[in-house]
Amino acid sequence: MASLEVEGVTVSYGGNLALDGVGFAAERGRVTGLIGPNGAGKSTLFDVVSGLRRPSSGRVLLDGRDVTRMGPARRARRGLARTFQRLEPFGRLSVRDNLLVAAELGPARRHPGRVADGIVHRLGLAEVAGAPADTLPTGVARLVEVGRALAVRPALLLLDEPAAGQDAAETRRFAELLRALAGDGVAVVLVEHDMGLVMSVCDEVHVLDLGKVIAVGPPEAIRTDETVLAAYLGES
Amino acid sequence: MEQFLAFGIVGLSTAAIYAVIGSGLVLTYVTTGVFNFAHGAAGMLAAFAYWQLSAGWGWPVPVALAVVLLVLAPAFGLFVERVLLRPVQHLGEVERMVMMVALLSGLIAAARWIWNPNEARPLPVFFADRAPLRAGPVTITWHQALTMAVAVVAAVGLWALLNRTRTGAEMRATVDDRALAGLTGADPVRANRVAWILGTQLAAAGGILIAPAVALDARQLSLLIVSAYTAAIFGRLRSLPLTFLGAVVVGCLESYLTGYLPQNAYLPGLRLAAPALLLFAALLLFPHRRLRGRDRRLAPVPAPSARGALVFAASVAALGAVLATVLQGKDLITLGPLLPLGIVALSYVPLAGYAGQISLCQLSMAGIGAVVWAHLGAGGQPWALVVAVLVSALVGALVALPALRLSGVYLALGTAAFTVVLDRWIFTLPSFDVLGVRISMFDQGSLEVSGPSLLGLRLDGERELMVLSAVCLALVSLGVAVLRRGRFGRRLIALRDSEAAYATLGGNLLAARVAVFALAAGIAGFGGALYGMQLRTITAEQFSLVAGLPIFLIAVIGGLGYVGNGLFSGTAFVGPNILLGLASWTQNVVAVLPALAGMGLGHSPDGLVPRLRREWEPVARDRVVLPAVLCVLALAWLLRIADAVNGWLLLAGALAGALALRGWAAARRGAAAEPEIPVEWWGVRRPWRAEDGEVLARGIARG
Repeated sequence: MASLEVEGVTVSYGGNLALDGVGFAAERGRVTGLIGPNGAGKSTLFDVVSGLRRPSSGRVLLDGRDVTRMGPARRARRGLARTFQRLEPFGRLSVRDNLLVAAELGPARRHPGRVADGIVHRLGLAEVAGAPADTLPTGVARLVEVGRALAVRPALLLLDEPAAGQDAAETRRFAELLRALAGDGVAVVLVEHDMGLVMSVCDEVHVLDLGKVIAVGPPEAIRTDETVLAAYLGES
Repeated sequence: MEQFLAFGIVGLSTAAIYAVIGSGLVLTYVTTGVFNFAHGAAGMLAAFAYWQLSAGWGWPVPVALAVVLLVLAPAFGLFVERVLLRPVQHLGEVERMVMMVALLSGLIAAARWIWNPNEARPLPVFFADRAPLRAGPVTITWHQALTMAVAVVAAVGLWALLNRTRTGAEMRATVDDRALAGLTGADPVRANRVAWILGTQLAAAGGILIAPAVALDARQLSLLIVSAYTAAIFGRLRSLPLTFLGAVVVGCLESYLTGYLPQNAYLPGLRLAAPALLLFAALLLFPHRRLRGRDRRLAPVPAPSARGALVFAASVAALGAVLATVLQGKDLITLGPLLPLGIVALSYVPLAGYAGQISLCQLSMAGIGAVVWAHLGAGGQPWALVVAVLVSALVGALVALPALRLSGVYLALGTAAFTVVLDRWIFTLPSFDVLGVRISMFDQGSLEVSGPSLLGLRLDGERELMVLSAVCLALVSLGVAVLRRGRFGRRLIALRDSEAAYATLGGNLLAARVAVFALAAGIAGFGGALYGMQLRTITAEQFSLVAGLPIFLIAVIGGLGYVGNGLFSGTAFVGPNILLGLASWTQNVVAVLPALAGMGLGHSPDGLVPRLRREWEPVARDRVVLPAVLCVLALAWLLRIADAVNGWLLLAGALAGALALRGWAAARRGAAAEPEIPVEWWGVRRPWRAEDGEVLARGIARG
């Protein structure tokens, strides 16, 4: 059974359809890519999945259970965690406190300090652990958000452009991290504009354009798919 | 039927006034993004000015009207836009709101200063000498007809302005996106100015029209406007037609309640409180807002070190002991509320500082604590104090439940409405029974309050209560420091900084918000009980909305995120009262001070407590100067106890000595220069300082 299933989700802003009957699925142990031009509806889909936005129609299922009417907190307690494209750090808390808040809300709340220190070590955040999250450069702040999501020990992890602002070496390390998470049995969903990263790390890629899924398949197939090229390059 | 129609006419003419005032409020809100808490106060000031010109100086009515509406009101609107709001325009919505609260508080204090509130100032209605118009069973006075005509003219005029003129188009464009409107050639500053001028004129017209129907009283007139706010909220602060509809609902409701509410001891207050109740309900019917991300300036909330918190608490307790031994007679009574009100102000730190919830009802919570203690603690039983805290906390939680849907300005408005309901209705009730429990408020007058018995000691003298309050403030400060360093404090700040992130991590917003409201109300109730003990006799007036605004303002000015704010606010709010004994006019100066301080918010938006801390830190860390300061203070204290100097000399001497030594410490520290940290590591290898941003900006500007 897929960890996440989205069926026929429609969202409209004013009269514009941001999502138009979108279907999507992600499975444990795999990294699923979600790509598309700006404005395709990727972040809106994340909002629908994480419960910040109610779709006008369609369903969201976590581990086969319909969660469409649940609030974000209840979905989180079912193992969902996400990061935000527009950063949402707890700005005035230190990096370690950001991780602590998450760990205290997650299943490991009995020893949050250990969880937080483990993540600080794993993501190489030791230098900045005491700094307020507000003061970090974007690349590091994105990493903190990833760490915060990891601190609740998620079964399904939604990452919204986590590698933006990272250099080549950092991106390589980040790809290893994603593979390792999938290896631990986490269902990872990755929204990313860095095609190198998407193609190297994803098991399957979904392509959104103007609120619709236009292609699904393994990275090699997507790379050469004509509809996808047309959507990105604007030619038919 | 005739009676029904008569009340309908009264209701409609009141509604017309609310519509005029409410549409001014909507106009300024949509154009400038500022919710004008002082809108009613502007109307109040206009009514007073009109009285002064027409009745006071005997000017002809048309001249007086023209001067108030065409000269004074626009000038005032421009003053607000230019002097008060420009400095805080770049700060957040909350800072702009604080500015308007400061203006409200300041205008009330100023009006009471200029126009002695103990004098009656009857204001005649317009066309009082003409016989009322009659149409069948309906009688309508010329004043009522004029009022309705003004409303119609305002409605038509605003519609034409917004839909038929270039300025109106600019104003509507500014609503949607200020920066974008500027780029397309519109002038947001001009749109703002027009909105403030028109808004103030509408408030002034409403104030002048309503003043003859009620007494010319600064507080009452400023708060009558709650009804106009209700009308504006009906229009969701955006729609003028809905605002007019809301005004009709509120006006008729008030009028028919006057006519048809059964006469008994419990219900007259309900009529007065009805607009506020309706406001509360209207706020709750607002559409569900989306969870807030980070779109605001976040106030700093530094975690105090364990040692620092302990030292601070010990200093507070020591200060209480010093005050109790140094002060004599009247000063002892005057400064008695300093520490209890410090506790009330401290309740803002977890609530508004950590959790970002702006509440204007903390002094009401203090009132509830004081009432419970007065009734249950008459014999001094310590458990009654616990009950007082618990009852206040429970009421706080009850406020939080509906308030979950509100934030920022709406939350402030909702809590203010709640306070008005308490002031006008609940606090004025005689005793009543609920489920067999007898509940008493202020017994429709005043209550006697006595001190507690602790460890076999009856603490009833001013000195003992001063020491008790100091110990309590020290403990609560310590408790808030522990809270900040602990799990709950982290959660509060997390949910303030990003509700969306907090919720998607599995955090329960409702539980956290209810808990912090209850906690803050409990702290305020505790402070209120101690405040009551100091006052000995309490009345509802001492815990009203208007009485609470200055404490809120001082707490904001202190810096809401700092544990030291309790002591700061108590001192800054109550301290100036020692001047009261000097001359009678000082009372008015002291009353205006908090508002003036609030208006200075633009100069130090992060608060004065961190600034004081920065200035005095060298002293606290210096191993030579610190003992010297302590010796100077101890010496001054001994001189005072031995009666060698008087209180003023002591204060001046202690201050001068401490300031001199502070300068010495700063010089010593400058000599031992700190090791240079490369600029890119600021905020990482050493804490980020408030001035760093400016230093960087200057460095970049220099290239």
